[in-house]
Amino acid sequence: MAMKMRTKTANGETEIMVLIDHPMETGQRVDPKTKEKIPPHFIQKLTFSVNGKEVAVADLGVAVSRDPLIKIKVKNAKPGDKVKVAWSDNKGETGEKEIAVS
Amino acid sequence: MTNPNRRFFLKGAVASAVAVFAAAAGWISPRRAAAAEWPRDAYAAKTVEEALKNLYGSSAAVASPEVKIRAPLQAENGAVVPVSVSTNLPDVQSISVLVEKNAAPLAAHLNLTPSAVPYFSANIKLGATSDVHFIVKSGGKLYRAKQLVKVTVGGCGG
Repeated sequence: MAMKMRTKTANGETEIMVLIDHPMETGQRVDPKTKEKIPPHFIQKLTFSVNGKEVAVADLGVAVSRDPLIKIKVKNAKPGDKVKVAWSDNKGETGEKEIAVS
Repeated sequence: MTNPNRRFFLKGAVASAVAVFAAAAGWISPRRAAAAEWPRDAYAAKTVEEALKNLYGSSAAVASPEVKIRAPLQAENGAVVPVSVSTNLPDVQSISVLVEKNAAPLAAHLNLTPSAVPYFSANIKLGATSDVHFIVKSGGKLYRAKQLVKVTVGGCGG
């Protein structure tokens, strides 16, 4: 699933923004056609790394909105540093993207 | 011909070699953020207190103005409510966001290393008008702040 990432640096702090195309199904919604519950399908782990070193891990639940937009900040990142975000969901699907700090 | 003693010896040697390697690689460091499994029980909890006990072993959090939060006073669409939290508290290990009136209140939980700034922002769902709780673990203690978000159309149902 598609991912978008962006970094923004100000005052020695670099914001890492990630947008992931993901349904984030709660397991509570009912399919209007079949009248059956749609099974849960949501991202559980989101791992942020800078130059291969893990800096933060987010555990997400079904209450994170569809197509999650998540931001964190890291210290002392320099232009060109490699920022990677990797995710995995409750069905075992995974994705990752790496960009350079702008 | 198998020698049970030899087999035992080999197993032990492999196990200790793995342990030594794991320690050397930093896998056993207590501050490693990813060491924890996804906190299934905390996400299944039905109340804010139960979720916090599952996550932190205690729900005793002190209300603090140092936990700075941003959330809308009113959300037209409960399916996408932008919230963020930051703090000047030192040695922040984790940040949690909980929606009191959701069937399962815990929405998101961030584990931080010292390289990260204590800040977290996400779009979350609110099933109905609810207090949104923000918890910061700093120096082993829990601090909290909350804000009521009024929802016109809920974001958890159909």
